[in-house]
Amino acid sequence: MTYESPLRRPLITGKTSYKQITDDIAGPVEAKPTKWWTYGFAVSFAALCLYLFSVGYLLFTGVGVWGLNKTVDWGWDITNFVFWVGIGHAGTLISAVLLLFRQKWRTAVNRSAEAMTIFAVVCAGMYPLLHAGRPWVIYWGLPLPNTFGSLWVNFNSPLLWDIFAISTYFSVSLVFWYVGLIPDIATIRDRATGLSKTIYGVLSFGWNGSAKAWSRFEVVSLILAGLSTPLVLSVHTIVSFDFATSVIPGWHTTIFPPYFVAGAIFSGFAMVLTLLIIARKAMRLEHLITLNHIDVMCKIIMVTGSIVGSAYITEFFIAWYSAVEYERYAFINRAFGPYWWAYWSMMTCNVITPQLFWSRKLRRNLLAVFIISIFVNIGMWFERFVIIVTSLHRDYLPSSWAMYSPTWVEISMFVGSFGLFFTLFFLFAKFLPVIAIAEVKTVVKTSSEEFIAETAKKDGIQVPIEVD
Amino acid sequence: MKNKYLLGFFNDEEVLMHALEEVKKETQAPIHEVYSPFPIHGIDDILGYKRTRLPIAAFLFGCVGLSCGLGMQTWMLGYDWPMNIGGKPYLAWPDFVPVSFEFTVLVTAFGMVGTFLLASGFFPGAPAKIPDPRVTDDLFCVAFNSSAIGDKAQAITQALKHHGAIEVREQEVEL
Repeated sequence: MTYESPLRRPLITGKTSYKQITDDIAGPVEAKPTKWWTYGFAVSFAALCLYLFSVGYLLFTGVGVWGLNKTVDWGWDITNFVFWVGIGHAGTLISAVLLLFRQKWRTAVNRSAEAMTIFAVVCAGMYPLLHAGRPWVIYWGLPLPNTFGSLWVNFNSPLLWDIFAISTYFSVSLVFWYVGLIPDIATIRDRATGLSKTIYGVLSFGWNGSAKAWSRFEVVSLILAGLSTPLVLSVHTIVSFDFATSVIPGWHTTIFPPYFVAGAIFSGFAMVLTLLIIARKAMRLEHLITLNHIDVMCKIIMVTGSIVGSAYITEFFIAWYSAVEYERYAFINRAFGPYWWAYWSMMTCNVITPQLFWSRKLRRNLLAVFIISIFVNIGMWFERFVIIVTSLHRDYLPSSWAMYSPTWVEISMFVGSFGLFFTLFFLFAKFLPVIAIAEVKTVVKTSSEEFIAETAKKDGIQVPIEVD
Repeated sequence: MKNKYLLGFFNDEEVLMHALEEVKKETQAPIHEVYSPFPIHGIDDILGYKRTRLPIAAFLFGCVGLSCGLGMQTWMLGYDWPMNIGGKPYLAWPDFVPVSFEFTVLVTAFGMVGTFLLASGFFPGAPAKIPDPRVTDDLFCVAFNSSAIGDKAQAITQALKHHGAIEVREQEVEL
């Protein structure tokens, strides 16, 4: 048994037992959907229908229905692509990086965060697919033997790297998530009856919880975490290469990879918080996803937000310091040109709001955290818009300068992509355990309030346990 | 195939670990397997399990992925159909890093997970070979193969009960 200092804050509050944890997490899966779930699902599904309609319209008419022009040829499509990919990064960070660092608090949030990763990457992947114009021939982007004279794809292109990065990220995240789910699906299988027993039985792969299986399971999880850690860094690095390897002023900077990765984690954690603050309340999981969990996630937002903030300032400084006229203009134009409002929205939401989390009171105030997390999401969306549109709209030839605004198709596709994301999330929350049951049980003996109080008594330590 | 097993049930993993050590000392009976709702650290040593060789498999899959990724790009752009892109070298190996890396990760992850499932006999629809449905909830179970323990069954039952088992029973079950 590992020793955990009683001075650490508990990760499970109140009285608990293994049975209780199973009941609390598997309960919502077995029960009839609540009223709130039904309403939430209905709204999300309506948004999904809007998505399907606008995508259908796009496919029948062509990408000309977007507001792009020959100067601004990347607009909301790529903005939303990068936005959604970024959202996904928190899930992998929580499940992989925090596993390697042996952070026990991850056990309560990793499952739902990983699910978010997968759903966000689904939303993201749709954009390049549709932007390609003819999604039915998207396989031309793969190195397949073909009838065009064995001409292969260009492996020197960052856009091709992106295809490999995103599809690998999606499939490896899916495998990681599913492997983690197997023992929990088995738990539900062994409690279920009738048809659901059969379905969960098939999905549980015959998991038996034997010591041999657990021993292999733990090694597999650890190696998958070791693989996912460089993978998650590579994905947003490669997304940033889409810009950084070009020759467009404002894009052509070496700071992009680390700055994109930090931004991705920043936005991902904001989305995790937005969702979990609602989910823990709606599913009555406050004793498992405690204020202490929210507190640490706020700290991560603050750190990554500060990295992003310093990257913005560094970028601006280097543009001036490089003494390249075009580079300087790109940045001055960003801040004071016609898109100044986008730039300053980004700066306010991403640089100032996360700094509020220096206050412990705010980190533990659910309403404040919820509002700030939404501001961060908005700010990170603006970041991508600023990078893409302001760098493109005034190029080297003033005669081709242009402005860009989205049409109803782009707007409804973006609103609709939230529908896709939330529909998938609601289905997940209903049919699968939202918290890793087996993993939470492993921290009961070290980090539950009850246990900490016991250890403290044994050690004769006065513990300032705050019951929030 | 169903066999007869002596099953000892516990409701706490620490009690189980202690009991296993004691039973092993007292009776030297071979333990068939232990079932638990979550991984118990340190139980591998008691059961005498060697460290799994999955990391080796993962490494080999990684080597396969890396060489396939790198080999594919080299062959396609270097030999099969060299493309002149702005007069740059055909074999621009730094450009091959991202795809080679992704290939490595992809093949390692899928290969290793596939090996794990195959080795453990887990596949969609596989029958759940568990001694009791509660072992995925809050029950810990140790199983002794009745044919392997022979006449020690009595002694084991007593030792298990003495060291905190909440239930001991002999049962015909497929494990």
